Amino acid sequence: MVYSYYPGCTLKAKAKKLDRYARECAHILEIELEEIENWQCCGGVYPGMADELATRLSPVRALREAGEKKQDLVTVCSACHHVLKRVNEDMKTSGEIRQKINAYLEPENGYEGETKVIHYLELLRDRIGFDRIKEKVKHPLNGKKIAPYYGCLLLRPFQVMNFDDPENPSIMEEFLLAIGAQPVHYALKNECCGGYVTVEDEKFASEKSSSIMEAAMDQGAKGMITACPLCKYNLENGGLKEDIPVYYFTELLAEALGVKEQEEGT
Amino acid sequence: MREEILRISGVNPSKCMKCGKCTATCPAFEKMEYHPHQFVDMVKNNQISPLLESESLYCCMTCLACEERCPRGVKPQKLIEAVQVIKLRASGANRLKPQDVAERLDPSLPQQALMAAFRKYSR
Repeated sequence: MVYSYYPGCTLKAKAKKLDRYARECAHILEIELEEIENWQCCGGVYPGMADELATRLSPVRALREAGEKKQDLVTVCSACHHVLKRVNEDMKTSGEIRQKINAYLEPENGYEGETKVIHYLELLRDRIGFDRIKEKVKHPLNGKKIAPYYGCLLLRPFQVMNFDDPENPSIMEEFLLAIGAQPVHYALKNECCGGYVTVEDEKFASEKSSSIMEAAMDQGAKGMITACPLCKYNLENGGLKEDIPVYYFTELLAEALGVKEQEEGT
Repeated sequence: MREEILRISGVNPSKCMKCGKCTATCPAFEKMEYHPHQFVDMVKNNQISPLLESESLYCCMTCLACEERCPRGVKPQKLIEAVQVIKLRASGANRLKPQDVAERLDPSLPQQALMAAFRKYSR
């Protein structure tokens, strides 16, 4: 099956592993990811104000291109996924935003939010199925204790994201079980890592992310997974004396599927 | 200004029943002078000037916990963002300037952090 694919800026630079392993694993799982041509940065944050139109244009261009090809649009980065899904919802539900953006972009060929945006984890769960992934695993993670870290952007607001239970999500736990790891249950898996505030107040973001990592370590986690480059950065910069490695979920998938060489001790 | 805030945010602060759940769940609580429930109350009562001058405007991490956990669907985050946007739209009011981030550019900082920070702190 062929999907449109929106990598996003960070996946082309600082988070190459998130992107590369997503593509390589898709290949093994017989999924074709077709990168959107001329995609532009999603903006990093959802433009929440009703009168912000220019900042909604780049997501709409990507959504429309996938729509023209009648393909669902797959994203991996939590932030891109959040922005694309919410702008898509605006195009579906806000007559004013839809009318103005279409009038600017291409009046004769309007976009009305037809494209379905799915996260790579949803692709694994809903389109491929964790059972099938389990069958394809060559190097199971041998019960390694991994803490799933969801953060904010995948889950909230549920009304639009409709991704998983916003207070007690389980998709990452199911994923970890499928690749042979042992998911760790801990308190702060859907709390904020500090996000972009690290640019303005690094210390404050570190406090947020270190308390999350500590909560995971208290429950015996030997590693954490995330889908978001900024969460990973904040967690790794929490400043704890002892810490645990933070992986992109695609990295561990690649390891389990035999796409990536196993790391020492992993 | 109150009307402008309500218009761009789409929030109706009169729906608030003052349960305080937004503030209780806010991860930036300890850093804020005005807390999420106060933003809602103060915008409702047209006390906007103190909010515009407060550092609390820049504490929100847009984690949306307040929105998700509000039993009345008020969306306090949108209200905080609206006040912030009104403030930043004034000429020369940018909170973050490119020259300010030079010292923060450590090699592993992801692009999305800068992109998001500039979207949030400048116009």
